[in-house]
Amino acid sequence: MVDLIVFLVLLALGYGFGRYAELKHYKSIIQREEEFRDIPVVTTKFPPLTKPLSDVALVSGSVVISVDYFKRFIAGLRNLIGGRVTAYESLVDRARREAILRMKEEARAFGGHIIFNVKLETSSIHKGRKNGIGAVEVMAYGTVLIKQ
Amino acid sequence: MLVTNIEIIPGKRITEHLGLVQGSSVRAKHLGRDIMAGLKNIFGGELKGYTELLQESREEAMERMIEQAEAVGANAVLNVRFSTSSVAAGAAELFAYGTAVVLE
Repeated sequence: MVDLIVFLVLLALGYGFGRYAELKHYKSIIQREEEFRDIPVVTTKFPPLTKPLSDVALVSGSVVISVDYFKRFIAGLRNLIGGRVTAYESLVDRARREAILRMKEEARAFGGHIIFNVKLETSSIHKGRKNGIGAVEVMAYGTVLIKQ
Repeated sequence: MLVTNIEIIPGKRITEHLGLVQGSSVRAKHLGRDIMAGLKNIFGGELKGYTELLQESREEAMERMIEQAEAVGANAVLNVRFSTSSVAAGAAELFAYGTAVVLE
């Protein structure tokens, strides 16, 4: 009985705080994406030839985001019936966009105007144990062309 | 020391190729951070302690790579790649590798 109450409380906490954190994060992501729109991010290996030759530098951004109790429960249920795990999709999406934004912040500090050869790397910090930390790490890195 | 993840630097010529250089770093955070991360696992959100941890170890891995490049007499490292893997609970291995070259 006590276990059930603890479980329900954790579920409610996870749902409440997790949802609030996600909405807040998405709001800030959308706002900052607007702000950094002037720095294009491309995955081509070479800089566009229309830009003048200039200095280059390596820039990167990374973030670790944790799942909440509710999402983990929903994903566990989803495992039984199969299909898209939307709870985790939004988590990874948030992490990727945040990592790219942090990379752009660094690029702006360098005075860069375009980031090319961008690579995204995702790894999970999760050991498969029942009480292991469920988190996703995303790193974005690329080369920035610096204005002269 | 120029470190970049492209293969050719615009306007510069590679005069010598010195092979692969690499650096890695395995780090863990103290128990307090792990407990905080465990709590965050209920509420969700960013794990700032772990973001910091990975950032620090990535910088260290890059420093080690640069040291190695300096030791072989390079003045640039091109085509740098990063890779992450978790070796044990609460510890992560960061690995950086690239090609050491001499630019004119």
